[in-house]
Amino acid sequence: MVEAPTILRIYARLIGARIRSQVQYRLSFALNMIGTALISFLDFAAILVIFEQVDALGEWSVAEVAFLYGISSVTFAATDLAIGHIDLLPEMIRKGDFDLVLVRPLGSLFQVVASDFTLRRLGRVGQGLVILVVALTQLEIEWTAGRVGMLAVTVVAGSAIFAGVWIAFSTIAFWLVDSLEVANAFTYGGNFLASYPVNIFGAWLRRLVLFVVPLAFVAYLPSLYILDKKDELGLPRALQFASPLVAVATALAGGLLWRVAVRRYRSAGG
Amino acid sequence: MIELEGVEKTFTVWRKRGRLRRERQVVEAVAGVSFTIEAGALVGYVGPNGAGKSTTVKMLTGILVPSAGRISVAGLEPSRQRIDLARRIGVVFGQRIQLWWDLPLRESFELLRHIYRVPLERHRTNLTTFIDLLELGPFLQTPVRQLSLGQRMRGELTAAMLHDPEILFLDEPTIGLDVVAKARVREFMSTINRERGVTVLLTTHDLADIERLCSRLLILDHGRVIYDGGLEELKDLYGHERTLIVDLEEPGPPIEVDGARVARVDGPRQWLKFRREDVSAAELTAAVAAKARLIDLAIEEPDIEDIVRRIYTEGTPQSKP
Repeated sequence: MVEAPTILRIYARLIGARIRSQVQYRLSFALNMIGTALISFLDFAAILVIFEQVDALGEWSVAEVAFLYGISSVTFAATDLAIGHIDLLPEMIRKGDFDLVLVRPLGSLFQVVASDFTLRRLGRVGQGLVILVVALTQLEIEWTAGRVGMLAVTVVAGSAIFAGVWIAFSTIAFWLVDSLEVANAFTYGGNFLASYPVNIFGAWLRRLVLFVVPLAFVAYLPSLYILDKKDELGLPRALQFASPLVAVATALAGGLLWRVAVRRYRSAGG
Repeated sequence: MIELEGVEKTFTVWRKRGRLRRERQVVEAVAGVSFTIEAGALVGYVGPNGAGKSTTVKMLTGILVPSAGRISVAGLEPSRQRIDLARRIGVVFGQRIQLWWDLPLRESFELLRHIYRVPLERHRTNLTTFIDLLELGPFLQTPVRQLSLGQRMRGELTAAMLHDPEILFLDEPTIGLDVVAKARVREFMSTINRERGVTVLLTTHDLADIERLCSRLLILDHGRVIYDGGLEELKDLYGHERTLIVDLEEPGPPIEVDGARVARVDGPRQWLKFRREDVSAAELTAAVAAKARLIDLAIEEPDIEDIVRRIYTEGTPQSKP
């Protein structure tokens, strides 16, 4: 294995060049960033529209849902910024460019993730943070050390859960060539599922986000603790603290699946 | 240095049968290949499209996992020790770009120094050598996307050699290049093999590459090695036929002489194939001159292109029961 500092140095060099070329055109970069942020605010507007009609969503007030949405958005955007370019994988596989990844002395997953960097995706992190901060000012949270710590842990664990899920679903590309849509359903759909209180979902969707694709651990379960809310689903209280464990398990599962999938790689052409 | 033993690679494909039904079909891309390449050799690997050349190279470099058989490259098992192997081999694909599209060559090389963790001193020495050898100087600062195909290939060759690999795999490195660029690439391959002792496995369609560079030739067809040996032996085995080309004063019917047959007639020009053992060139010329008035003549030695084409179409005694 290559040690971590070397990997980080190489990563910085790889994406450094990409960032330089994106910042080069300042105006277009700024517009891009603002555009991305605006589009994601529209996304949040959909939630506000719902609350025009109802006062609460499954016992969650607008500020509480905004809090969920904020956490989910920040973690999603952070994951997207770091490993979002895994969506280039189907294209790399179709063209056979994944060959080149395999003849370099670095991990294949790392190389795919570091193959590009889109700085404007920072716009989404900004949007998530703004909504999270606004939600926090509207909520009266009793801040204890445990809650503050939990908020920080949640963002990190949530990003790892998203990452594990994306990696797992991206490997479909090794079996099916046109898999981008399937994988997208779980990346962007995952953000959507993580942004809403799980108790409003139907039974099968609830089971899905709790036991199969553990998106309930991204924001919902830890938020129950941070906001000191009663769990309408009556799940064991321990689950509210389980996000870090689930994150490790999900990331490991994603990594393992990746290893298996790479051995299935068939390359392209002659 | 490179050892293959009964290596196979099969792909499962699903063919459409009717609207919904699909049929499973197993395609054997490589069907039991065994050979050994000693350290320091420069071996040509040829065969028609779809013969399994690229598939073999991909298994040797750790890109594909073989379906059966044993592979050892530099003492490592490629698919299981891919990262260790990557440090010790260089790979150039003529049809793919390994350099970073947006970066100037110099920055690509710098990035590779970090990826392969080459000591700075060593990197500088190597870079100077290759800049000299391949005349990269004038376009070192140009982004790769603006380079010509020939310039890019020279960059790719340098990129593959900067970490001092023991083995270099070249998959059609001269494809699409002009005569001058081809000559330069060949010169480079020959130099690194001779002076640095790098083992080279060269896949190519251009048999001139083989003729100039390789002492040993592996011919692959339908996933099997059908010839493994020297180039001279190949010519001796299959290249007995020489061609006498004569220009006659007037067009006429094919000339009938002992020991030769007319392969082609084009107006006053005729091509006569003959074998060294049957008749000498002088005897044949005299015999032809006795039958028709000659203006000009030339003798063509068998070329490797013809021989290989014949092997592709007719097979070899080795491949026929």
